[in-house]
Amino acid sequence: MAGLHSEAEASLRVLVQESPFDVGTEMACLLAGSIHIGGLGSFLGVVRGGNGLVALSLEHYPGMSEQMLTKLASEAIRRFALCGCTIIHRFGRLLVGEPVVLVLAAAPHRADALDATRFLIDRLKTGAPFWKSEEFSDGRCRWIESRVEDEEAAAGW
Amino acid sequence: MSGTVTVLYFAALRERVGRSREVVSLDGVMTVGAMLMSRRDNDAVLDAVFSGPGTVRVAVNKILADFEAPLHDGDEVAFFPPMTGG
Repeated sequence: MAGLHSEAEASLRVLVQESPFDVGTEMACLLAGSIHIGGLGSFLGVVRGGNGLVALSLEHYPGMSEQMLTKLASEAIRRFALCGCTIIHRFGRLLVGEPVVLVLAAAPHRADALDATRFLIDRLKTGAPFWKSEEFSDGRCRWIESRVEDEEAAAGW
Repeated sequence: MSGTVTVLYFAALRERVGRSREVVSLDGVMTVGAMLMSRRDNDAVLDAVFSGPGTVRVAVNKILADFEAPLHDGDEVAFFPPMTGG
């Protein structure tokens, strides 16, 4: 229901960190923020293996990354009338299978929670200053280039 | 415009330029684009990097900007490739 929660009432949690996070703790923390939550959408991005990839190294622009993610979270809260949302993005060297990013969106109803989750991860991939370098088992390293599909997904919202 | 700006390079751009930050004197230039052109005239590596393929994004004081953006003493200018988070 649009307008039920003002942006000021909604909880917004943005973290950019090297250390791991706990999904259960983060969900509980978000749920504790409002009795109006009826559903919580979540996306957990992990390092995908294959073709000899052993790790990703993530670089970010300290200060700007937090700022851009906070701006994005505020936009999601307004647009989808969220009760709250959480974005945690890691940086540093992450091995195959390790979590990279967590997006949680809480709303009174599932449609807004799920739409907001997708909006946040689609926009985040090309709209926050993070860069990934792939590290392979033979020692090669290669910067990942932005993909047209990602740009299109972000522009589609 | 007098004064200096801090210039930052990230990711692939940082590796190609060979440094992550430098302080640049404005010497009368008014915009990001003019500052970069002046730097390229005096630095062959920088000129090669910026004339190479690939899109370059720019931020001024941690806000996305373009090459027409005005510069002031103390500004922080960042150059980086398209972002690939998530």
